[in-house]
Amino acid sequence: MKILVAVKRVLDYNVKARVKSDQSGVDLSNVKMSMNPFCEIAVEEAVRMKEKGLAEEIITVSIGPSQAQETLRTSLAMGADRSILIEIDENVEPLAVAKLLKGVVEKESPNLVIMGKQSIDGDNNQTGQMLAALLGWGQGTFASKVEKDGDQLKVTREVDGGLETVGLKLPAVVTTDLRLNEPRYASLPNIMKAKKKPLDTMAPSDFGVDVSPRVVTLKVTEPPKREAGIKVESVEQLVDKLQNEAKVI
Amino acid sequence: MSYKPPVQDMAFVLKHVAEMENLLAYPAYEDFDMDIVDPVLEEAAKLAANVWAPLNRDGDTDGAKLKDGQVKTTPGFKDAYLQYVAGGWNALPHNPEFGGQGLPWSLSMATNEMWQAANLSLGLCPLLTQAGIEALEHHGSDHLQKTYLEKLVSGEWAGTMNLTEPQAGTDLAAIRTVAKKDGDHYLLQGQKIYITYGDHEFTDNIIHLVLAKIDGLPDDNSGLGLFLVPKFFVNEDGSLGDRNDVWPVSLEHKLGIHGSPTCVMAYGDKGECVAYLVGKEGEGLKNMFTMMNNARISVGLQGVSMMERAYQHAVHYAKERVQSFKLGGSSDERVAIIEHADVKRMLLTMKAYADAGRALSYYAGAQLDRQNNEADADKKKAAANRADFLTPLVKGWCTDMAVEVSSIGIQVHGGMGFIEETGAAQFIRDSRILPIYEGTNGIQAADFMFRKFLRDQGTEVKKYIAEMTAADLSAMEAETQQALKSGLKTLKETTEWLLKQDMKDLDPFAASSTYYLKMFASVAAGFLMAKLAIQAKGDTSPFAQNKVKICRYYIEALMPQASGYAPVIMGGQSVLRDMEQHSFDS
Repeated sequence: MKILVAVKRVLDYNVKARVKSDQSGVDLSNVKMSMNPFCEIAVEEAVRMKEKGLAEEIITVSIGPSQAQETLRTSLAMGADRSILIEIDENVEPLAVAKLLKGVVEKESPNLVIMGKQSIDGDNNQTGQMLAALLGWGQGTFASKVEKDGDQLKVTREVDGGLETVGLKLPAVVTTDLRLNEPRYASLPNIMKAKKKPLDTMAPSDFGVDVSPRVVTLKVTEPPKREAGIKVESVEQLVDKLQNEAKVI
Repeated sequence: MSYKPPVQDMAFVLKHVAEMENLLAYPAYEDFDMDIVDPVLEEAAKLAANVWAPLNRDGDTDGAKLKDGQVKTTPGFKDAYLQYVAGGWNALPHNPEFGGQGLPWSLSMATNEMWQAANLSLGLCPLLTQAGIEALEHHGSDHLQKTYLEKLVSGEWAGTMNLTEPQAGTDLAAIRTVAKKDGDHYLLQGQKIYITYGDHEFTDNIIHLVLAKIDGLPDDNSGLGLFLVPKFFVNEDGSLGDRNDVWPVSLEHKLGIHGSPTCVMAYGDKGECVAYLVGKEGEGLKNMFTMMNNARISVGLQGVSMMERAYQHAVHYAKERVQSFKLGGSSDERVAIIEHADVKRMLLTMKAYADAGRALSYYAGAQLDRQNNEADADKKKAAANRADFLTPLVKGWCTDMAVEVSSIGIQVHGGMGFIEETGAAQFIRDSRILPIYEGTNGIQAADFMFRKFLRDQGTEVKKYIAEMTAADLSAMEAETQQALKSGLKTLKETTEWLLKQDMKDLDPFAASSTYYLKMFASVAAGFLMAKLAIQAKGDTSPFAQNKVKICRYYIEALMPQASGYAPVIMGGQSVLRDMEQHSFDS
């Protein structure tokens, strides 16, 4: 089996996001960037499948600026075999990402695509679903467990009411949820090996995809600051406030 | 407050002080380029921050214990150590011939800083192993190297260093542990104290390197030998055999580093402790020093680690703790204490010392790389001299400053700093060992004064001062240049004064040695900080702009304090000489 894993370079999850002064978006200059945590889980799952003998090759792909090469090198250090960077400096929306990934799928013919359920910057939660639709493949989203079952893939999904298990015919798209696995730390020898693994760079035009945005961002603002609380005089007052002001009981 | 390895600071110093790019041009590193620096630091940082650092407090409150002749370490420590070994981190700077990754020492200064800052007690285990690897690599026979090195390099086995006995601390000639020749090996008998990680359950085997008196040889340093004593014997096929007659007999109750088992070790209680000679008979002390010198730089680096850790802890608190109104500001809004000038002063002092210590220690690390790799004999010698020269400075100064900085860290916390659960107190208790072990700072000062300064009549000192005098500082602000020049002038005058003193009477030199070490280290670090600031000035990122401020604060506000040692060195000594033992009676 050949697995394609999509990874995205995003603002590091430890960094406090700050809005640009002109409110046009989040300030990404001079801040630490790293692999989207859901994508890390996707890479880890692919590597585990390879370690179990279920997959022969893992290809990681990223769409982003040339620095996304670092993110791809991280995936190679975790255990992917080779990488593709589709280099573009502008922000790419989920539909265009899905179309580009479809192009990569057609070129590489993987049996499985694993990707994060969403990126922590856009929070769109769309790309995996769109890619499956564009390819006409089955999808197992929000996966918390992935098992090979004959020629099928059994995917346990985290849904609102609990867990749902679906059987997918391959090829398929799986998107990862937080509880699927705990990504490994790359070992020093593997970091050194990653430098020598192949990394191809391509352009969106190689796939004939129009990546121009369709959504206009009007304004980005920081969440309102939390205001100071007050001390209530009595339990009655507390209940009254919860009922009538907060309207939570 | 968790620890976040300052990866950007580290990379900056590696680049501009260690001059990593030049180091990587040596043939030994032809497989590597600058692209390796960030990924190596980033990945090490994850393990340090997420696995090692959270166990630091556990090590303090639930330290190592001895039960039925076996040390039990803090729960979680073993797993964290094994993750470090599985990640290949122990092998980073070591020889590829024995399974090492063959990366420069300088780079391991950065990763090592992370392990030590994340968890000083745990970090001591690999630190001792590293020392053992060096002793074996330099002095061990082919057979010893073949049997032990690979597993020590990987970290699958750990090493220890056994010097001290109750009557033999600094004075190692007083050692009483005896080695008697017995066929192709020796039998060892005696007791050693203060043996860091003398026993533990991290690894299947522990390799003790022991300094002992050889039976029949003279009763001074020339009668010492360095011995390898495995906890378990190693069979020809590499598998482990019987247990050797070496046992931990008790654990010390210490001021700090509770997670690190400090053992009293008994060798040959049953008369069956088998030991193998490392190097030649009579060369024990010399061979021991091979491992001690690099270990001294590593301990200096532990000082840097503790400064950074204490600083991060203090900043975190100062940003959250709201208290009082801003001086001259509105009186209806209380501010976080970081807004108060005196707290800001403390935090900036902590950060500036941490950065200065980092610059000085990585600079020393780079000299080791040059010494190991330089093909040109003169350049090799120059690097070796500089490394030797810097060793007591790094060890003595960075560890003294670690105690000072962790104390300031407590001060930032106010009353909460004195309360254990805040966590700030652990740093000063843990730091307090650093000026003591691996040669007390008094010994470092004596080493600096007598061996590194007077022995060559000040040649290396003058060379170093000349280099600093020639530094191009024109990119710096006038007041920064002035501070550097003035600090250097005082250092030069003090040096010349010392060289003019009567060397028949060595006591005054010994009495000023600590101050001279501090003065030299402060100024040398100042010039490295200037180098960093000049590089940072060309960069508009907030990181670089902050770096300029920190460097300037060090140079303009902290370094000048070192000039205050000049009158202490040049005066006051006669009073000290006149003090007799009985003068302290009343």
